[in-house]
Amino acid sequence: MIAYALAFGFAALGIALALNLWRLFKGPGVTDRILALDTMVINVIGLIVLTGIASGSGTAFEAALLLAMVGFVGTVSYAKFLLRGDIIE
Amino acid sequence: MNTAAPLVVELVVSALLVLGGVFALVGSWGLVRLPSLMERLHGPTKATTLGLGAILVASVVWFQLAQGEWTTHELLVSVFLFVTAPISANMIAKVHLHRLRHDERSESVSPAGPAPSPPGGAEWATHQAPHEGTPGDFIGD
Repeated sequence: MIAYALAFGFAALGIALALNLWRLFKGPGVTDRILALDTMVINVIGLIVLTGIASGSGTAFEAALLLAMVGFVGTVSYAKFLLRGDIIE
Repeated sequence: MNTAAPLVVELVVSALLVLGGVFALVGSWGLVRLPSLMERLHGPTKATTLGLGAILVASVVWFQLAQGEWTTHELLVSVFLFVTAPISANMIAKVHLHRLRHDERSESVSPAGPAPSPPGGAEWATHQAPHEGTPGDFIGD
């Protein structure tokens, strides 16, 4: 049963990533693209956690935690750059 | 994968995984379908809190009850995401308001109209020098 649920989760997150990619290319504004990138990071974290459950190893979660931090810093620095023309003032 | 897990654990973990997948999918579908950025912000925030929250809880339950390992990394990830998701959404909304104010044609205006102004005749704080009507007493020093 876990295998089916994992397959469903992989499929759902894969389709979600494809939808985010569509929004990333379509735009129209640069804020839409930042939001699409942020959502892609969220979905990839979900994929990493699913991979961790599927493989039964706990090492995937360091990657998930790192990606959560780097994704947040990336989103905020991109938004900060657009707001102020600079990242660290 | 350990296949000797009790049936109840399998049921709970499967339900949480399906719930998380559905919420992630609905959030990204909203990102595609909703008409403007202010509406689009709603979808992925639900995907973050409910979708990833359910997947991470499923992971905690799976490793605790089926594998016998107690790991708290997942809870760290979910706490971190719960703290940071509103901040990044706020930053994106600020960039949107800032660019709308400066007539960026590519920014989409919500069908509900532009955001209402805060009281006191001020603008939303995005990137603006202090002026008459700005709350606080830092004008003129």
